[in-house]
Amino acid sequence: MTETQELEQLVKREYKYGFTTDIEQEIIPPGLDEDVVRMISAKKHEPEFMLEWRLSAFRHWQTMKEPEWAHVHYPKIDYQALSYYAAPKSQEELDADAPESLDDVDPKLLETYEKLGIPLHERAVLAGVKGANVAVDAVFDSVSVTTTFKGKLAEAGVIFCSFSEAVENHPELIKKYLGTVVPQGDNYFAALNSAVFSDGSFVYVPKGVKCPMELSTYFRINAKNTGQFERTLIIAEEGASVSYLEGCTAPQRDENQLHAAVVELVALDDAEIKYSTVQNWYPGDEEGKGGIYNFVTKRGECRGDRAKITWTQVEAGSAITWKYPSCILKGDDSVGEFYSVAVGNNYQQIDSGTKMIHLGKRTRSTIVSKGISAGRAENAYRGLVHIGKTATHARNFTQCDSLLIGDRCGAHTFPYIEAKNASAQVEHEATTSKVSDDQMYYLRSRGLSEEDAMNMVVSGFCKDVFNELPMEFAVEAQALLAVSLEGSVG
Amino acid sequence: MALLEIKNLHAEIDGKEILRGINLTINAGEVHAIMGPNGSGKSTLCHVLGGRDGYEVTQGTITFDGHDLLEMETEERAVAGMLLGFQHPVEIPGVKNIYLLKESLNAKREAQGLDEVDTFTFMKQVRELVASMDMDDAFLHRGVNAGFSGGEKKRNEILQMLLLEPKLALLDETDSGLDIDALKVVSEGINRMRGEERGIILVTHYQRLLNYVEPDFVHVLYQGKIIKSGDKSLAHRLEAEGYQEILEEAS
Repeated sequence: MTETQELEQLVKREYKYGFTTDIEQEIIPPGLDEDVVRMISAKKHEPEFMLEWRLSAFRHWQTMKEPEWAHVHYPKIDYQALSYYAAPKSQEELDADAPESLDDVDPKLLETYEKLGIPLHERAVLAGVKGANVAVDAVFDSVSVTTTFKGKLAEAGVIFCSFSEAVENHPELIKKYLGTVVPQGDNYFAALNSAVFSDGSFVYVPKGVKCPMELSTYFRINAKNTGQFERTLIIAEEGASVSYLEGCTAPQRDENQLHAAVVELVALDDAEIKYSTVQNWYPGDEEGKGGIYNFVTKRGECRGDRAKITWTQVEAGSAITWKYPSCILKGDDSVGEFYSVAVGNNYQQIDSGTKMIHLGKRTRSTIVSKGISAGRAENAYRGLVHIGKTATHARNFTQCDSLLIGDRCGAHTFPYIEAKNASAQVEHEATTSKVSDDQMYYLRSRGLSEEDAMNMVVSGFCKDVFNELPMEFAVEAQALLAVSLEGSVG
Repeated sequence: MALLEIKNLHAEIDGKEILRGINLTINAGEVHAIMGPNGSGKSTLCHVLGGRDGYEVTQGTITFDGHDLLEMETEERAVAGMLLGFQHPVEIPGVKNIYLLKESLNAKREAQGLDEVDTFTFMKQVRELVASMDMDDAFLHRGVNAGFSGGEKKRNEILQMLLLEPKLALLDETDSGLDIDALKVVSEGINRMRGEERGIILVTHYQRLLNYVEPDFVHVLYQGKIIKSGDKSLAHRLEAEGYQEILEEAS
């Protein structure tokens, strides 16, 4: 075997979450028009303002064109062939509210999350070690199944619930913040999401409160031929802080499925939001068949002075990833950070990066991007650093490293810098390296197996990013990476 | 039984024959120096012993501690007790030195059916070894060989050897690029490893290292063959007369 073939064998992965939950589902017929938008809104018992908001987004979307500038290739999506709402029947009967207690939740759903290793039983969580001190919102296709520790969080004044519940119970907050960071017409996929979004998470941390637990949402796509359009909104008021993590998996299917989410973060004066993602949607098989199209808009705004937003992402799944978690640094002295590991294998395509928009004085941003490509994957970093006229003494540091495994994959870097204020300091460093046979030989000569040697080189490469993940999730991310690079050694 | 027995070894890279019939026997307790001019096949011999891909053995046998070495993967050779000290140790950024040391030791222990080393014992041992190599503890928390000077890389190779206590240490040009102080520290490290149960092979261009680590045997490698063997006086002759005279004498 050549060196390339050997390395590729090593990174062959088995997707562990590819099972399907056999559950009776209510899926609306494929197709998208205003009636479908109305139907989704009605299913969620939404107030009038929400329906109007969806409809105006839908009308805007109809005037837009799907973007083609990304370094990804896929057959045209037929938006009329997709279904825009799928929910387990058992959940449907429980009305729009998420169930009050886990006893009301379909055991099949609980079983699914158990299989995925997501703790939904509060008592078990508190008793056990795994998942301790993490509250979970579990979203299954278009609906939230349950949210744990709502009571404990409420004591601290923190609201953590499904988006649907927030629309019903906290309409004033939704009205005030929804669409203020990612406007309806921001881009094609954001507009589509704004029209048909189904569920997601809502977090509100009031003034001065440090959220007592890690919050997390676990997204699961199960239904066939449906799109998942989740919507997440996190608000940290003055001096508040919160750490939030999302995880995602989907069954193994031959067809591609669309996932177009929108996440908005708002941080007021001195507030801090840390948003971490471990994305492991089904990536497609070895021939590139199937897998999720992950077309996501994530943006945070440091609306207040000295606010801080940190995005950390480990992107391991999806057939195509199109995602640029960004920060608008409006407040003076506000800080934006982006730490990313993006792993592509087989025929996966990744076009990901960030935008740091500096508007306030002395705003600072840090970008650390680590791209790993194996098989025939194409991995592009695309980043914009914009220093506005008003952003005196703004600073940015960007480090962008690519690691190639084998010689049939690609790594690309598209950095854009726009500096409109002469006092700005912008630094950009980029490297591309290969897992060399020298490194493999060296580690093996110290007694490490090929797999262990590969994992060691790759996790060393990712260290700067893993260091930014909350402790518990750093371990999970390491494990995910090891699984991604797991395979039969020849 | 010999620790290492090489018989009529022929090996090639990309179809080009580099080793042309090497015979060499090394017993436990012995230190052998293999010397030779550039291009004589010294590094090739090291990599064939290390099991590196791309080095094809076309003839001959190698027996290591009773095993057919050529049937073993690189990592199997390592855990069976062979340690290759590299001429150019490669950088592995982001992987802490201490982490590699621990993983290496545990790989070996696992092969011996032992439990993983406990952290306290391990740290104590490593700290002592680091001090003995005249190195700073901070060095343990840097990336493996990343940004190390030439001398630091070589000290690190010796540190690994001291920790892993191999049955056979094969040190490829460990003396190259060392200043005199570093050479002394490295030599002391090697001398500490000398013992009844261990074989050491020093592959080197120069006599310099052999002033500090006295070999029991010296072999001259030329055009893929050992053309002359002797005791340490052979190294002195090489130093005084150069390779040319010895080559002529041998032919």
